[in-house]
Amino acid sequence: MKVPLSWLREYVDLPAATAQEVADKLTAAGLKLESLTSHGHDVKNVVVGEVLEIEELTGFKKPIRHCKVEVGEATPREIVCGATNFSAGDRVPVVLPGGVLPGGFEVGARKTYGRMSEGMICSERELGLGDDHNGIMVLPAGTPIGADVVELLGLRDDVIELEITPDIGYALSIRGVAREVATAFGVDFRDPADVELPAETGPSWPASIADPTACDRFVLREVSGFDPAAQSPLWMRVRLTRAGMRPVSLAVDITNYLMLELGQPLHAFDRAKLRGEIVVRRAAPGERLETLDHVVRELDPDDILITDASGPISMAGTMGGLETEISDASTDIVIEAAHFSATGISRESRRHGLVSEASKRFERGVDRELPLVASWRAVQLLAELGGATVRPGVTHAEVEVEPARIAIPAGYPGRVAGVDYSKDTVVARLEQVGCVVVEGDDPAVRKGGVAPTGVVTGGALAARLAVTGPDMITVTPPSWRPDLTDPNDLAEEVIRLEGYESLPSVLPSAPAGAGLTAGQRLRRRVGRALAEGGYVEVLSYPFISGDDFDRLQLPADDRRRAAMRLANPLSEDEPLMRTTLLPGLLKTLVRNVGRGFADVALFETGAVYRPRESAPRVAPVLGVERRPTAEETASIEAALPDQPLRVAVVLAGEFERSGWWGEGRAASWADAVQAARLVAAEARVELSISADQHEPWHPGRCAALYVGDTLVGHAGELHPRVIEAYGLPARTAAMELELSRLEAVMPGPVQTPAVSAYPVATQDVALIVPDFTPVADVEAALRDGAGELLESIRLFDVYAGEQVGEGNKSLAYSLRFRAADRTLTVEETTAARDAAVAMAADRVGAQLRG
Amino acid sequence: MSDYDPVEVTPLHADEVSRMEADAIAAIKAAGDLDALKQARLAHAGDRSPIALANREIGALPPAARAEAGKRVGGARKAIAEALAARQAELEAERDARVLVEETVDVSLPWDRRPRGARHPLTTLQEHIADAFVAMGYEVAEGPELEGEWFNFDALNIAKDHPARSEHDTFFVESTDSGMVLRTQTSPVQIRALLQRDLPVYVISPGKTFRTDELDATHTPVFHQTEGLAVDEGLTMAHLKGTLDRFAEVMFGKGITTRFRPNYFPFTEPSAEMDLKCFVCRGASAVPGNPPCRTCKSEGWIEWGGCGMVNPRVLVACGVDPSRYSGFAFGMGIERTLMFRHNAEDMRDMVEGDVRFTLPFGMEI
Repeated sequence: MKVPLSWLREYVDLPAATAQEVADKLTAAGLKLESLTSHGHDVKNVVVGEVLEIEELTGFKKPIRHCKVEVGEATPREIVCGATNFSAGDRVPVVLPGGVLPGGFEVGARKTYGRMSEGMICSERELGLGDDHNGIMVLPAGTPIGADVVELLGLRDDVIELEITPDIGYALSIRGVAREVATAFGVDFRDPADVELPAETGPSWPASIADPTACDRFVLREVSGFDPAAQSPLWMRVRLTRAGMRPVSLAVDITNYLMLELGQPLHAFDRAKLRGEIVVRRAAPGERLETLDHVVRELDPDDILITDASGPISMAGTMGGLETEISDASTDIVIEAAHFSATGISRESRRHGLVSEASKRFERGVDRELPLVASWRAVQLLAELGGATVRPGVTHAEVEVEPARIAIPAGYPGRVAGVDYSKDTVVARLEQVGCVVVEGDDPAVRKGGVAPTGVVTGGALAARLAVTGPDMITVTPPSWRPDLTDPNDLAEEVIRLEGYESLPSVLPSAPAGAGLTAGQRLRRRVGRALAEGGYVEVLSYPFISGDDFDRLQLPADDRRRAAMRLANPLSEDEPLMRTTLLPGLLKTLVRNVGRGFADVALFETGAVYRPRESAPRVAPVLGVERRPTAEETASIEAALPDQPLRVAVVLAGEFERSGWWGEGRAASWADAVQAARLVAAEARVELSISADQHEPWHPGRCAALYVGDTLVGHAGELHPRVIEAYGLPARTAAMELELSRLEAVMPGPVQTPAVSAYPVATQDVALIVPDFTPVADVEAALRDGAGELLESIRLFDVYAGEQVGEGNKSLAYSLRFRAADRTLTVEETTAARDAAVAMAADRVGAQLRG
Repeated sequence: MSDYDPVEVTPLHADEVSRMEADAIAAIKAAGDLDALKQARLAHAGDRSPIALANREIGALPPAARAEAGKRVGGARKAIAEALAARQAELEAERDARVLVEETVDVSLPWDRRPRGARHPLTTLQEHIADAFVAMGYEVAEGPELEGEWFNFDALNIAKDHPARSEHDTFFVESTDSGMVLRTQTSPVQIRALLQRDLPVYVISPGKTFRTDELDATHTPVFHQTEGLAVDEGLTMAHLKGTLDRFAEVMFGKGITTRFRPNYFPFTEPSAEMDLKCFVCRGASAVPGNPPCRTCKSEGWIEWGGCGMVNPRVLVACGVDPSRYSGFAFGMGIERTLMFRHNAEDMRDMVEGDVRFTLPFGMEI
């Protein structure tokens, strides 16, 4: 909302405050300053002149005039001008040499087109008054020569642009802002809606309300004999422009001007184009209307329409129809001022993607008492400025509406604030807002309805929201504050006007908490461990494309292909919610490589979204007047996808860098598997690792990661086709693991190991196994066979070659034995080693290498 | 004494012993390295050395002469042993000095074989904020990102046709009437916390949120918020102010407080916009004549987040009796906080995952 300060001053006796001070007060009251614009403060030396003589110069490409202009100085000024829309005797604005026009444009005396030009005759645009650059601005005859144009035309003004929150529709008007300013400065406010209306002498154009849920007040007034050629006065055009609206024609400008001033949207019909009684109703199936913007709109049965015998003529509160629009030939005009359902207009506006100045106001709540006043002021202005005659009579259709009343203890606002406000303060503040306050609790409070913003009042909910206490007062909010429905709304009004800045600061003592959960701590440890391990965390968008599944080489029936789809994705290319973290990580890796970082290791922790099989398609929207039952919330949960937390890494290039110390080591499948071990170690669980074939990994370099029998993820080198599809560096490796599954199997507290001080006995063995035998199986067999004397086991060499036979490999292990209570004898350790080897022979056919 | 037959033992003559001692000490001094000293030790202090042989002869002397000869030889041996020890120490020191010098390396050589990674600052900042509240007794509450519309809107008093709902630029899942959305705020976690936990509730909930904004320097469709909620008996707006003032101090230092301005959120009433006193200029730049401040754009205050008293309608929707309990809630954008706390100028950097952006943030923020 753009508010010219001069307009505010018309209704508030503002003290000598700067625009910034006014804006600060408004911000403190909840109308936030968006921007401040100054107009005309730099303009200098622009005066009224009278054109005495005009000499048309010839020989130039366009008409040029050399004029003598009387500006109230000793002698007239000579001025060269390129416009031709003025005649001798016209009064015009003249900027004299040394003068300055808006924007700091300085004007001097200079020679042009062979003549001296001492200044310039100005257009409206040059004076910052609008877009009209079609010619010189001709002032009314009799404007005093030599007068300061800045003063005369009100060029100097400040415009405060305010951000208006959706609850306070009343502040989308000069009237509403002026009321707030008056309260903030403690000065008088003159209500522009406070006009005396003539007695209603009978109906005007016939109208009725067919759907009382769509509209509860509908007013029509008429004028005849309007001069369609009449121009809007300059002051009106200037104010409209400064408030951000474009002047159009007098009739339209008047409706816009009053909407800005009062907050009541108005609509003007060409009376000659109306057919029969006007009825406010919902659309019938299949109805259409061509709106002012020349779009033919298919109407929805929920749309609120203004109709006549011919059918729809306007979309209520949103946009008028083209057919009945006033034109530059309209002389008889019907003015509509109505109060429509806020939710109805909100839905209609959203459904048709039509946001207008009118719809913005209606959906935020318009003062129900304005239509009679605003329509009266409109016909008055049409008469005054457009030569029209006001036709007697007013059509006034209305639906009875019970005003909201709220009972609170006088101390309630203080109870909410944590401050003691006296009862006098509370009552005075509420009255400043426009409320009527009476002593006691009025039972009418318990009556309910639906507020314009769709908020349900009354009934069981009102009973639950009711506050009681000593010294009850009953408050009737003013008609322009439909947002005030609950006790807390009243509390806010009092606290806001008393000033948020005066609230004390008191730290409450929360009960002792239990700190982070085990799962939350695990996530932090995992992030830290991976970062320490060389991985950089990224937070990629969870949006993916169906093509990602192809790039990942997922089979047609892979469950990861079942993804939740956004109805309105930002990019049609990525409408799906990720079912794996890898696409985002891989694209981020490619981006880093593209920026010159070939050695990259990245990780991400985040949710994936896995639709549940046979989940309901819709999550019900429950009521809000009570706590939902467990079954009701479960019905929402059932539709939502499973959203487990995962961690994934991708890495390429050198994982250990080359340097002066020698060659580095390329990132490999083994690093990816090790990253999984790192994560598992933070959860204090042991991973069992086995070969798997699982896309997008290389079928020969893919590890399935298990905790016990639970599959928790995969790791390894990516499939070459995946690498090609994403444009990744060769041999890019990746790991993805479901943290939520690890959290579920995390063991309890660590059990302290017994630390033996007896000496260690070490035995090395080399075993020959077929080369397809997983090392993990060999090690497990050795462990199981060695028994409890085994302290640790370490694979220190893997060898394949002639000496061990084709198709075999040799695994060299170092076994360390130790007992808790004695020094082991050679016989004991040898026996344990032999038992280990025997178990390996038994399970995987291992042979001791001779 | 008279039956004693004195035998002349040449090696025990005083002159002879002195000569042996002098020879030995000369040889020890002449030893240029530890090997030469070893040879000198063998020659002059070993079992076959002259002085050792002389020592053996003492027994052959008449008892009366033994003491004097023993004293003489003993003195010589001690002198030789001392000379050996001294030279040994000297030569060892020389050797050590030489060898350690030879082993000198360039300690300024780089050693980045396994460079460290880093955690994303948005993650660590959320943890930092959570920790500040955990220290005040709060617990960290969580909820799903793909959320039921009822949790994200209706239960928070944002009715279907409320203008506030269209301001949220919501991502709808599957269809606009599926009842499922990507949460537009972390506030639905308030509802989950109130439904799941016993009162009183003091929770903080960091997390991802979504709105249909195109990515640019100041917008991102996927962003992060941290939401706080306290519901207890007797909580007031003064308690909200006290909590946020304390939080501001923990995050930005002593004396950094907050300021409230009225605002509107459907789920709080009264509602406020929360400004943070600029932690760089401490508000000084707003005074004309003082140097300008980049962090707060010389306004003295930085817009930080929204807050207010939990709307009793929200309490009712969660089955909490508003006549007994009241509460406050607050929320702030993490990207925005990162921007002003760490002079991050472009949100795209937080999204794109360029390692150069993240690495300097390390493990904690």
